[in-house]
Amino acid sequence: MLMDVDLSGFVRESEDGARRIDFAVDGMTCAACIVEIEQALKKIPGVAQARVNYSNSRLALGWKADDLDPAAAVEQLRQMGYVAHPFELAEAETRDAEHARYLLRCLAVAGFAAMNVMLLSVSVWAGNMSDITPETRDMFHWLSALIALPAAAFAGRPFFASALGALRRGALNMDVPISLGIILALGMSVVETAGHARNAYFDSALMLIFFLLCGRYLEQAMRQRTRAVAGNIAALRSPLAARINHDGSITQMPTARIAAGDVVLVRPGERIPVDGAVIAGQSEIDESIVTGETARRAIGPGADVYAGTMNFAGALRVRARSVGSGSFLDEIERLLEGAASARSRYVGLAERASRIYAPVVHLTALMTAIGWFVFGATLHDSIVIAIAVLIVTCPCALALAVPAVHVVTSGTLFRSGVLLNGPHSVERLAEVDTIVFDKTGTLTLPEPRVANAAEYSSDLIETAARLARSSRHPLARALAHESPAGAPFDGAREEVGAGVVALVDGVEARVGSARFCGLDGAPVGDRADDASTIFFRRGAESAVFRVRQTLRADAATVVAELRAHGYAIEIISGDSGRATAAAAAALGIEAWRGAATPADKVARLEAIKAAGGKPLMVGDGFNDAPALAAAHVSLSPVSAADIAQAAADAVFLGERLAPVARALAVSRLARRLMRQNLTIAVVYNAIAVPLAISGLVTPLIAALAMSGSSLIVTLNALRAGGGASERSGSQAAASQNAPEGSRSSAAGRTGFGAAA
Amino acid sequence: MTILLFLVPIALLLGLTGLVAFVWSLRAGQYDDLDGAATRVLFDDDVAAPPK
Repeated sequence: MLMDVDLSGFVRESEDGARRIDFAVDGMTCAACIVEIEQALKKIPGVAQARVNYSNSRLALGWKADDLDPAAAVEQLRQMGYVAHPFELAEAETRDAEHARYLLRCLAVAGFAAMNVMLLSVSVWAGNMSDITPETRDMFHWLSALIALPAAAFAGRPFFASALGALRRGALNMDVPISLGIILALGMSVVETAGHARNAYFDSALMLIFFLLCGRYLEQAMRQRTRAVAGNIAALRSPLAARINHDGSITQMPTARIAAGDVVLVRPGERIPVDGAVIAGQSEIDESIVTGETARRAIGPGADVYAGTMNFAGALRVRARSVGSGSFLDEIERLLEGAASARSRYVGLAERASRIYAPVVHLTALMTAIGWFVFGATLHDSIVIAIAVLIVTCPCALALAVPAVHVVTSGTLFRSGVLLNGPHSVERLAEVDTIVFDKTGTLTLPEPRVANAAEYSSDLIETAARLARSSRHPLARALAHESPAGAPFDGAREEVGAGVVALVDGVEARVGSARFCGLDGAPVGDRADDASTIFFRRGAESAVFRVRQTLRADAATVVAELRAHGYAIEIISGDSGRATAAAAAALGIEAWRGAATPADKVARLEAIKAAGGKPLMVGDGFNDAPALAAAHVSLSPVSAADIAQAAADAVFLGERLAPVARALAVSRLARRLMRQNLTIAVVYNAIAVPLAISGLVTPLIAALAMSGSSLIVTLNALRAGGGASERSGSQAAASQNAPEGSRSSAAGRTGFGAAA
Repeated sequence: MTILLFLVPIALLLGLTGLVAFVWSLRAGQYDDLDGAATRVLFDDDVAAPPK
């Protein structure tokens, strides 16, 4: 079967005819991979440029017009053991990168200006103590103004723009007092300089900008890194779909390029890439990602299928349907809309603080000016003191208090395999008191596993697993997983719909259906738990492996740990009551419910919220999406359906459930630190404001107070990274989620009809 | 105090040089892959193999 790979949609062409394509690469685990990949690709004739970005596991490939098919590069990488997936920079990510660079430019200008102005200011402060002449002082002040005014106009733009936006909406945010403080400090300094005064506040204004930009940039950089990893995972997850063209040929293309009405071929062991209707073929599909139901459904021509479901038995032709049609999806969509609108009203700690802070500060400054004027100061002096109040109340500590903790917390979570989606996820997670789990794919692993491996010798399992490696059938993949590093046997031959046979050390070994292995009538054990069976025979030895959904390895310990922390725990699953009861019993959870519809799940979460609880929903399926949106906060495993991931506040990587407990623990710590930071800021203001009101604050004191408070708040925030001992390594975790069968690339395309 | 006529412009010029160098490195994409840059310095692929 001739197969073209169509990557043309991802190629970008520049004006001089150079082409470029970006790939997300999986399997880059060490620095040596950089050289290995780049040198191998540069050997391909026509390649002009191959550059690996090690930070975000991406590869940029450049070549001149028309003399290279990028598929050759993908093939080369595949032979070297890397999975490369063409990649289109999401618009959000490009925008994020652009914004980060913009902030960094502003930061550089602010840093440059602050240093130089400080150089002049320190001279003035020292001179004021000794013998500086008024002319020299004036010159230094004018020089400061010359540097500070353009620099502040350039570097202050992020704050001015945001403050202006808030004012237009008739609201106050943290940037309003910041902008006002900067502008007033600069304006007053100019006036003072013109009046040959002893002091000016140019340095304070610039330092304020510099510190705040540091906070903004770090936050942006963290968000960018999270988004890059999420983008890679999305690219690696969405496999190529095989489109059947009108002339009968088959083109492999990224799923996103499949249009409604196209016909795609789905082989056994592949996930169905699009929503659609079957037009030819008979098969069984595993729809657990859609409904939570683990029993497989037999389908034939005319049946509706959903993207993400696993095709088990036979090849299917599916006609793609336009996105979001179909009664089940409509229902999900409707529930999702209702649930999401309730969510957007959440007000974070930082916003609440700034809502109180801005009016209080502005009122204090105003009262100070009026007070001094009433008690006989000149208008000029009253205003100078009022402005000193505005500068010294220093939104610095307050504006850094929450974001600094956010940056450190999301960094810690990132390293333990949790990617945050929304800005308030941390605060919401800290408030949780009830945890509602979905079962299938959340408490259990997304892929079935061999349940009775312990019954056989490790040597036998090793052989069976390596043999199974040569097939893409889902049951074979489950068996192959028992020996993750085992290479397939040379000369292994797959028989369509039956199994794999190979000569191992001179003995014929077979794995597959009972008939294929000559084991008809062999006892298969207890059939009550919906397990599928796969048979193995080597000479006289034989084995019957039972493959079924298994709980995540650490599910029981994590649930016990969460319960010890005082969380109420429930299971609500779309799977049958019996299967749910078994999982609940294994984990010791009393509150469970099976056969729940998406609406039931939302209703349960609403009930918890109505009773005053703050539920955390952990789920992965289509059917969980509305519940994820309705919950106070939600988590999804990375194997979840796209719609569920979009609805969740955070995504966790890897095969373990531990990141859920970790996310909750880190969030609780983060909330405590945020509160501490806000307290520090308030205490600082309680000391500084009376000083400013009494007119005792000089620029030197303002500068010291400002950097001091910012440093304390930032150092306190760094404690959120403490105890980050659990480095599961996001890269390693991410590679576990590579498309199935990446290692067994040489495997045959057909499966065997294992007894179900 | 005429020395200031030299010192202040020199100080500013030095600062500006640093700023320009930073903006240039930012534009050249040197901040795009910090982890990669940390390890690339160890690679020998730009050194011709010594004759044996």
